[in-house]
Amino acid sequence: MEALLNILSELHPEVDFETCTTLIDDKILDSFDIVTLVAEIDAEYDVAIPAEELVPENFNSAQALYALIEKLLDE
Amino acid sequence: MQFTSFSFLLFAAVLLTVYYIIPGKWQWPLLLIASCFFYISAGTEYLVFIALTTLSTYATTILMDNRLKQRDVYMAAHKAEMSREEKKAYKAKIKSGNKVWMVACLVLNFGILALCKACLIDPVRTAVSGGTLSFLTVGLPLGISFYMFQSMGYVVDVYRETAKTERNPFKLALFVSFFPQLIQGPISKFNQLTPTLYAPHKFDGKAVSFGLQRMLWGYFKKLVVADRIAVAIGSLKGEEYTGIAFLVLTVFYAIQIYGDFTGGIDVTIGLAEAMGIKLPENFIRPYFSKNIAEYWRRWHISLGVWMKDCIFYPISVSEPMRKLSKASRAKFPNFGKRVPVYVASVATWFCTGIWHGFSANFIVWGMLNCFVIVVSEELMPVYAKFHDRFHLKEKKWYGGFEILRMFMLMNLIRACDLFPNVGDYFRRLGSIVTTFNFHILWDGTLMNIGLTALDYAIIFGGCLTWFVMDLLQEKGPIRERLYAKPAALRYSLIFILLVVVLLMGSYGIGYDASNFIYNQF
Repeated sequence: MEALLNILSELHPEVDFETCTTLIDDKILDSFDIVTLVAEIDAEYDVAIPAEELVPENFNSAQALYALIEKLLDE
Repeated sequence: MQFTSFSFLLFAAVLLTVYYIIPGKWQWPLLLIASCFFYISAGTEYLVFIALTTLSTYATTILMDNRLKQRDVYMAAHKAEMSREEKKAYKAKIKSGNKVWMVACLVLNFGILALCKACLIDPVRTAVSGGTLSFLTVGLPLGISFYMFQSMGYVVDVYRETAKTERNPFKLALFVSFFPQLIQGPISKFNQLTPTLYAPHKFDGKAVSFGLQRMLWGYFKKLVVADRIAVAIGSLKGEEYTGIAFLVLTVFYAIQIYGDFTGGIDVTIGLAEAMGIKLPENFIRPYFSKNIAEYWRRWHISLGVWMKDCIFYPISVSEPMRKLSKASRAKFPNFGKRVPVYVASVATWFCTGIWHGFSANFIVWGMLNCFVIVVSEELMPVYAKFHDRFHLKEKKWYGGFEILRMFMLMNLIRACDLFPNVGDYFRRLGSIVTTFNFHILWDGTLMNIGLTALDYAIIFGGCLTWFVMDLLQEKGPIRERLYAKPAALRYSLIFILLVVVLLMGSYGIGYDASNFIYNQF
């Protein structure tokens, strides 16, 4: 989780990713951010996030995103 | 049947009446019959296209769904004896089989779309049909770019298991052909549209009234403003209009296309709303945007969402892109991680360009948008430093400046639509910095482009009303606030708007208004 928070903070240092649960709904993360995040997560965790998982529910909070990474690592 | 024709209004009135008289369970079949009637009224020769898309969509999604059901049954039965790797391999096998069916369906349908669009170009049409296949020589089948994208979006969603599969072919046919959105969208997602499309609806006076109000507002934008200004755009495209005249053209075109497209969408969404059906919003006052990325989140939203879900994301997270990203990061750490974004952006904007038409100017238009978006994105840290240094974000006037800058920039890019010859477009663009003919603003030139002083007064009054309404809408839904007012005031305002549309609308010979611009796409 620590590494994911670092990646997110690097993208948007002004956002408190530990508490924010509306990253997509409030348009904090846009599609460019999401694709950059996917590449960063791939480099950090060696996990490929498929296109069908690129939905708001998975990216609205750091917790949801971390849960997705764990799910994909588990598969 | 044009949205602006009397026959359409009569058709909508009869449909609404019958819709609320019959039992709720017959409402969706009625809509299917109405959609077929609407489509046939445009020409029977195109029925084959929409029928083929409906059939191929139905067959593919049922096939994929059957395979997914078999997978679930098999895995439930063999849960205990299958290892994790075996389960993973089995799931992947089903998925890759489904992918073959999905790709086949996409290739077939987009192949048809590409053929139809290519046949709008003379040499291609002659080469393909030899001039003998009438259904390829008449023009683009009604709404093909819209119903095709909506159907293919559904096929992709079923493949991804994010949409429920519709097993009733008639219900699916209604999803593909729902007539209000056939002409110019919005391109709805299956999960968004179908819950209210298939559901029975009881008469709700408020919903019907809100829907009709929205239709009336759409007719105001289309008939009073967009159609009235259209004649000037035709004139200003002439070779002699350069420099400041070109800038005037870009502003007039911004007014026309916004009125034409959002007016049509208001009629679509309003009519659906009157029947209790919820369609997604396609515009959120895009001319109030402060940067290009925001603009494209607020303009033609449904096409943007489709392109993002079906082209931008799949390309940017594809296996080749993963490899490219890793390789480029090794050499250029900062730039490398952005490579998927750039490649996917170029592909997405290329597709958005050719969606509008197989013509060089639309591809250039797409690439110009892509270029500005990518450059803006890359320069964001520089902008942030600049804003901080001069505390610009705290100043109110700066927000207004950003909106005006965005409006002018988008106007310049959008004008590319108007010139099939790209060279013509760039010559006009260049003339802005070489021809300082400000005098055309007061020497009477603008009175010789087909608009009279009365036309200018109506257009100005129309735009001002529209601007105020957009400002009010930014603060909250206007119709809800109006609903809270006394009925006499509410109905007086609606009556005034109706009179304005009837008296000041631009009607041609036989009261047949101009075609909607997005009909041609």
